[in-house]
Amino acid sequence: MSINLSSEALVRVEELKNYYPSKKSAVMPLLQLVQEELGKISEEGILWVAEQVEMSPVHVRELVTFYSMYTTKERGQYHFQVCRTLSCAVMGEGSKKICQAIEKRCDVKEKAVSANGLWSFEQVECLGSCGTGPMCEINDTYFENLTTEKITEIINLIEQEKPDLKFSTKKDALGSGLKNYSPSAVYTKE
Amino acid sequence: MKILLKGIEFDDNVSVAGYQSRGGYESFRKALSMSPDSVVDEVKKSGLRGRGGAGFPTGIKWSFFIPRKTEKPIYLIINADESEPGTFKDRLIMERNPHLLLEGILCGAWALQAQKTFIYIRGEYAYPYTVMKQAIKECYEKGLLGQNILGSGFSHDVIIHRGAGAYICGEETALMNSLEGKKGQPRLKPPFPAGYGLYGMPTNINNVETICNIPFIVQNGGDAYFKIGVEKSSGTKLISASGHIKKPGIYEVEMGYPLLDFINNECGGMLEGRKIKCIIPGGSSTPVMTGEELVGVNLDYESMRLAGSSLGCAGFMVLDDTADMVEVLLNLTKFYAHESCGQCTPCREGGHWIEKIVQRIADGQGRPEDIALIQSVCGQIAGHTICAFGDTMVMPYQSILKKFASEFEAKISLNPNSLVAKSKRLAVLQENQL
Ligand SMILES: Cc1cc2nc3c(=O)[nH]c(=O)nc-3n(C[C@H](O)[C@H](O)[C@H](O)COP(=O)(O)O)c2cc1C
Ligand code: SF4
Ligand code: FES
Repeated sequence: MSINLSSEALVRVEELKNYYPSKKSAVMPLLQLVQEELGKISEEGILWVAEQVEMSPVHVRELVTFYSMYTTKERGQYHFQVCRTLSCAVMGEGSKKICQAIEKRCDVKEKAVSANGLWSFEQVECLGSCGTGPMCEINDTYFENLTTEKITEIINLIEQEKPDLKFSTKKDALGSGLKNYSPSAVYTKE
Repeated sequence: MKILLKGIEFDDNVSVAGYQSRGGYESFRKALSMSPDSVVDEVKKSGLRGRGGAGFPTGIKWSFFIPRKTEKPIYLIINADESEPGTFKDRLIMERNPHLLLEGILCGAWALQAQKTFIYIRGEYAYPYTVMKQAIKECYEKGLLGQNILGSGFSHDVIIHRGAGAYICGEETALMNSLEGKKGQPRLKPPFPAGYGLYGMPTNINNVETICNIPFIVQNGGDAYFKIGVEKSSGTKLISASGHIKKPGIYEVEMGYPLLDFINNECGGMLEGRKIKCIIPGGSSTPVMTGEELVGVNLDYESMRLAGSSLGCAGFMVLDDTADMVEVLLNLTKFYAHESCGQCTPCREGGHWIEKIVQRIADGQGRPEDIALIQSVCGQIAGHTICAFGDTMVMPYQSILKKFASEFEAKISLNPNSLVAKSKRLAVLQENQL
């Protein structure tokens, strides 16, 4: 079963397979890697990963549907995950208003991809950022203490700068992010 | 009193040099000079209880690994899945105090004579992961990890694994299944992890915050730690405060600190002109406490339990008089319905059923018997499931319905035809002893 991965990715694949006492434990990072390289986890991707870790494809497919961070469908270049759980729902303007602001500014409905392929959006459960809610994660970077105005401004900046907000399993590193936006606000020197 | 947040104000705290400049890794060097059993002893004396939510005494958990007669490798797992709504303390530790966690791991690994530590961090925590990964890399470079650490003959490796989005992977046996490349579905217990854990090896699992207390205990002795806080809950506790308060955030308080003082002082009190309605103290999986019930209650395991709730992992959500409890309950039911792993019928089916009933009440389609129906479904879930997810899910449901019944009844009465067929439906309910 073949899917075309970059040579850099193939080096990382071997590292991951030797990182754990058992090769099967590498199935999760390998699925992240396939999603990173192909934009989604395709049927071929599942078969290829199954081969790498010597698991039956059905068990790999089980993981793809069980864990919410995997996707079998294309996403926008910038994928908004707005926390909808209690603290974010009740703090500040509330997560609903943030969702509406995203839908309006990006002209995209939930679980769809915008016409220009830039944006997609979904609501997710608590992201461990409740003290700085309402908040959302874009690709793999947190944007906290949001207001409808602030999220719209962030979207404008993203559209201009096209920053790297993704975590790369291949590089094992988080993208450089949006200029003068720190990747986390959980600690502030008050 | 700062044990866990000591040094986080220094940006260089994430480097070995910075951390060591303030006494970092001294405790580990001291641990190496002690016998593993005596380190376990100190942890027992400290009275430290697990910070992952269950509050299980850590010293007792570690004593399962004495007498040391197994040839199998012993594994230590650090539970950094942190997905309990309202909770974000482990994240702060990993972002600003990664070496305190690593020093705690090293002390623990020495005490347990563990070969490898696996840090299971939730997949969404990409930034904290990168900080931890860098700290681990530096420890290897500085001889604090790997073979023959500091010339002591003790070797230890740390593996850090990213989850991929599943609250249930915070449950220790689901976590182990996930780490082994399977769906994060809890296992039946027994066998307990100490006997048959990760890859079938003896395994000890502790929460991030729990392990971060160990260096202090090794450095100052269990008795010194025991003196902090109150009798059955020693030490300090990280509280993640969120909701309708002026200063949400993470605060380290001594166990036994009065709850209302915490809200009025650390949290800066309620938002301007608002009155407190209730709190969900321990993370969403704990009984709600009304404003009146907070008087005289302290932040420790015993006092919270006696007040009818629980400290849990202290994901402390405060709601004021603007909160619509029907919407609050609906919000939580969506969380639990989504996060059930689906392995057992009462939780898989009950969670969605309750969500549907609360949804219809919120939509003004509620029926008079709905409150009794939800309580009855909750009764059929609690105690009938493979893992504690089922038991803890119903805790906010039962308490919100009981303590704020009038709000639900008011919404139900909005349903025009709610009274017409009431008697018929109630009869059916009684017939089936629901
Ligand atoms: C549904 C469920 C979710 C849990 N989530 C977490 C979690 O996110 N983090 C955590 O440390 N413990 C969590 N726990 C508790 C763990 O099972 C385990 O008891 C704990 O991590 C052990 O560490 P401790 O003794 O240091 O508390 C959860 C338990 C259940 C039943
Ligand atoms: S109680 Fe719920 S989460 Fe726990 S094993 Fe059963 S279905 Fe899964
Ligand atoms: S409730 Fe939104 S991050 Fe926790």
